[in-house]
Amino acid sequence: MSKKKSMTISAILFLALIVIIVVLERMLPPTHIALAVLKKGCIYSLVAVSMNLLNGFTGLFSLGQAGFMLIGAYAYAVLTIPVADRASVYMYFDGGIIQFSVPVFVGLLASGLLAALCAWLIGLPVLRLKSDYLAIATLGFAEIIRAFFQWDKLGVVTNGSNMLRKYPTFSTTLFPFLVSAACIGVMVLMINSSYGRAFKAIRDDEIAAEAMGINLAKHKRMAFCVSSFFAGVGGGLLAMYQTSIQAMTFKSSMTYEILLIVVIGGLGSVTGSCLASFLFIASSEWWLRFLDTEMTIGGFKVPLLRSGFRKVVFSVIIMVIVLFARRGIMGDREFSVDGICRFFKNLGKKKEVKQ
Amino acid sequence: MLKVENLKVNYGGIEAVKGISFEVPENSIVTLIGANGAGKSTTLRSIVSLVKPASGSINFLGENITGKDTNDIVARGITLVPEGRKIFPDLTVLENLKIGAYMRKDSLEDDLNWVYDLFPRLKERHWQAGGTLSGGEQQMLAVARALMSRPKLIMMDEPSLGLAPLIVQGIFDIIREIHRQGVTILLIEQNANMALRTADIGYVMETGSITMTGSGAELLVNEKVREAYLGN
Ligand SMILES: Nc1ncnc2c1ncn2[C@@H]1O[C@H](COP(=O)(O)OP(=O)(O)OP(=O)(O)O)[C@@H](O)[C@H]1O
Ligand SMILES: [Mg+2]
Repeated sequence: MSKKKSMTISAILFLALIVIIVVLERMLPPTHIALAVLKKGCIYSLVAVSMNLLNGFTGLFSLGQAGFMLIGAYAYAVLTIPVADRASVYMYFDGGIIQFSVPVFVGLLASGLLAALCAWLIGLPVLRLKSDYLAIATLGFAEIIRAFFQWDKLGVVTNGSNMLRKYPTFSTTLFPFLVSAACIGVMVLMINSSYGRAFKAIRDDEIAAEAMGINLAKHKRMAFCVSSFFAGVGGGLLAMYQTSIQAMTFKSSMTYEILLIVVIGGLGSVTGSCLASFLFIASSEWWLRFLDTEMTIGGFKVPLLRSGFRKVVFSVIIMVIVLFARRGIMGDREFSVDGICRFFKNLGKKKEVKQ
Repeated sequence: MLKVENLKVNYGGIEAVKGISFEVPENSIVTLIGANGAGKSTTLRSIVSLVKPASGSINFLGENITGKDTNDIVARGITLVPEGRKIFPDLTVLENLKIGAYMRKDSLEDDLNWVYDLFPRLKERHWQAGGTLSGGEQQMLAVARALMSRPKLIMMDEPSLGLAPLIVQGIFDIIREIHRQGVTILLIEQNANMALRTADIGYVMETGSITMTGSGAELLVNEKVREAYLGN
């Protein structure tokens, strides 16, 4: 199929998604769980792809994602709280020292930039480390950041361990969808450019990549900064989604969730990360909810169903996926219009052979 | 073209290369032979700065390139086909080739055609993942990938390692063909017989030092060389 044709079909699919979202928002009550899942799924897709860029495409095993999301979330919240509301938000810190506020998009951009700046600063020492050591160092960084943002002395900026709230949020699902789609689009362009090829070469064989003239330090740092930039933007979106944030909640378990999504979706597959995000969020927040509520069918109390059982089932499902589909649901392939057409054509051919 | 003087390389206190000097004239095929662990690979790696020399100087086209960054050296026209092929297993053949041309910003069309002419096999398999190629095909890919940088000097580290005799013959044919097209070649080989037959100049390396030098034909009939490296 020609490139142009598959581009057109992709564009039509994209528009169809927008229409579906608009229709769903019209039909469902605004508090319906499906809409919450869609919003959070969009945000997690962005963060998962940003992590995949580093772990899946460049082969750098980093566990700092929650830390960069925290930086992004705080940058967004701190900069966008309206001046009039600052006194009430920062009530223990005399209204804080920042007495201006910026528009939403400037705030989101700042989220990314601040996260990228931090990545750039810690990149030099940290990226020299190999595999496990890099993971430990970035995990440590995220924990330090979490403590740092709760530090009392910084309260005039971060509000210490108190909540940040009253910043602008979004109500329509289209907002996180479009922002995430644009960001993921930029990352896909990068992955398909000569930089992306260099990232993959580094992942495959560092020494050979260096022998080809690829500057390892520069490219690793670039991948780290870009990944952190989009994790920061994702953090900003998450802040908007949650309507209030607290540094305490950006635990390492958040990084593990995202890592799981990336692994389930397939290391090195952008569409895999997106699909897995929605599946993950939908199962953990919606589809498996019934497992947490006691149920009686015709006077018979179904055993095991009680609060917390959902987590058990969920862990088992993930273990099964990881055991049986070791390379994730997508491997390192992409879900594409071309691929689907080929799949159906092959199906047709097989049938013909049978007859 | 390439002039190495008094090159010393250490690995954590152990001297792997102990002050060697040699030259590669323009448009020649030069070979470096020697036993396992003699320091041949180390020498090549230090020329492209993958390991930093402890002392000595490396001159290329009249300029001192000792200790310069690898990307700078590649951009100047030296390329290394590393020991053990080291192709990128998860990238396609085409992507592998494009990575080879990473230091260049101009169009790759002509060069792709050039290496596809040299290795028609790679053209047929351009969509295949590098890691799924056969050993011989992987070696072709490693050479083709190096050629994509349009090198003036190509250094090959044991290109015939682990290949069947017929394929080895094919690799040497390619080496001669590349040379005929104006690329200078520095070749490391275990297969001393083939290497010396092909080379204009040969150097024999033993435990970090160069112990003998001469034209390929001279070394081929030298008593000591015959005894140590040709097995008769
Ligand atoms: N990264 C390294 N760290 C420590 N020692 C090394 C390293 N690489 C090589 N050496 C040592 O340096 C010496 C020379 O190694 P080199 O690889 O240059 O030999 P070679 O002549 O290419 O041998 P072969 O024919 O087996 O490939 C060997 O004793 C080897 O053990
Ligand atoms: Mg060697």
